[in-house]
Amino acid sequence: MTMSPAFKVTLRVLTGLALLVIYVPLLLVVLNSFNASQTFAWPPEDYTLEWWRKAVDSQGAKEAVVTSVQVALIASGISLVLGTMAAMALQRYRFFGRDTVSLLIILPIALPGIVTGIALNNAFRTVFGLDLGFLTIVVAHATFCIVTVFNNVLARLRRMGTNLEEASADLGASTFTTFRLVTFPMMRSALIAGGLLAFALSFDEIIVTTFTAGAQQQTLPIWIFNNLFRPNQAPVVNVVAVVLILLSVIPIWISQKLAGPTDGLAGR
Amino acid sequence: MTSVSEGTPEQVSRHQVSTVLHRRPRLRLGLLIGPPMLWLGVAYLGALGALFITSLWGQNPFTGDVVREWNLDNFRLLFESEVYRTITIRTLGIAALVTVVDIVIAFPVALYMAKVASPRMQRILVIAVLTPLWASYLVKAYAWRIMLSENGVISDLGGLLGLDTPGYGLTATVVTLAYLWLPFMILPIYAGLERLPDSMLEASMDLGAKTGHTLRRVVLPAVFPAVVAGSIFTFSLSLGDYITVKIVGGANQMLGNVVYDNVGAANNLPFAAAVATIPVVIMLVYLAAARRTGALENV
Repeated sequence: MTMSPAFKVTLRVLTGLALLVIYVPLLLVVLNSFNASQTFAWPPEDYTLEWWRKAVDSQGAKEAVVTSVQVALIASGISLVLGTMAAMALQRYRFFGRDTVSLLIILPIALPGIVTGIALNNAFRTVFGLDLGFLTIVVAHATFCIVTVFNNVLARLRRMGTNLEEASADLGASTFTTFRLVTFPMMRSALIAGGLLAFALSFDEIIVTTFTAGAQQQTLPIWIFNNLFRPNQAPVVNVVAVVLILLSVIPIWISQKLAGPTDGLAGR
Repeated sequence: MTSVSEGTPEQVSRHQVSTVLHRRPRLRLGLLIGPPMLWLGVAYLGALGALFITSLWGQNPFTGDVVREWNLDNFRLLFESEVYRTITIRTLGIAALVTVVDIVIAFPVALYMAKVASPRMQRILVIAVLTPLWASYLVKAYAWRIMLSENGVISDLGGLLGLDTPGYGLTATVVTLAYLWLPFMILPIYAGLERLPDSMLEASMDLGAKTGHTLRRVVLPAVFPAVVAGSIFTFSLSLGDYITVKIVGGANQMLGNVVYDNVGAANNLPFAAAVATIPVVIMLVYLAAARRTGALENV
């Protein structure tokens, strides 16, 4: 694009500033995990590894991580199945109410989390008569994770077209064989990208979780929130935060290996 | 195809199922769309419906039990009470302000990424913008709590410029929410600008339009749906938030806090349900308007 040089420089400077604002808070969290002051006095006067040692020994944090991983794995599994089915139906068929269905799929994420949270809380307890617990967290998480898988698979199906599937059917392959040998392999990377996003979304969710978790289940975000305002625990929370920042590199690395720059990651 | 009958009974029946499915696309569609619709259309929409019904019920003030008598008392209280009106307006204001701040910051970044940066730089920038999305929401809100603290980084470095930390309050809430949702605005605008062909910009320049004029008349109309798509996230996520305001907002309350307190401490589910219908109505109006701009295809 032929922009004036001054304008280009302005854009570059603004982008640089934005990135600075994006990363300074995260770097500060990392730095504070070594800050000897329990209240994170600024600038740090002394550095310590004590918080890291305490975090490694923290039973509560470890149990919360296990719960969060279990919930995220099951919820993304369910959303992979349901999201793929919905995407195939919407991409391959024209039917009455198709627009409504696509709106319905983004609804759990387009509506504020608090609404989804309280609606499910109310339905679980009064309509289904369930006690809040592990199961209710999983169901709630799967509900808002479907859209991430759906978006990824839909985009992939759109690009794939139907030629290869038709060729497979013409050559005598059954519906299932075609899916197993043709459709599925072509969708695989979209499924991984969608599944990763679903996992991350579930792992990080707190608002809906607060309303659907029982008193016994603590996911990691709930554990963090419960300990955030306790002066003794704050430095341990800070270390957990650093670990989460470092771990977030893994899904990004995987999805970059899988796809182009924006592919599969844009939609929440 | 009925002649194929060799193989184990299992293979035969599978073959029959496959043939039936192949001949009846409507059945195939039904089987595909059935389970997701059962989950979202029946369970989720049902839950939303039940929530709305609950909002029309009352509560026994002594036992705290839900009383199934139809009335509009919850909504009357909501509209007539000064407190709730203020909280609703405050929440809407915060959500709108967060959205505007994000658009203003995201637009130049997205424009630089899509139309100025080299392909290699573009890739790096996309990763740089995406990475914080994967870092925990609480971690980021909490990082701002520390930055904004009385003797924190902002008051320390801002002191050099004669600025002080705004402290915990509404400003801090807007800043933190805008920070949290910024990637959700940058990405759709970037994708929208990427789709805008360079030739269109060149044509505008060739016809004598200055940079500012091209931006206003060519770029902005083209990325408008993408901006609306991004705003769905920034607006909706801010509208329902009650955690950030608890972490950096001081004593201020948003709609989410009212809902949370009524489900938890006050245990008045019907009233909480009535409060929760406010953001639902706002978002449904917003989504309907967004749909007309074609933004939903950009989500």
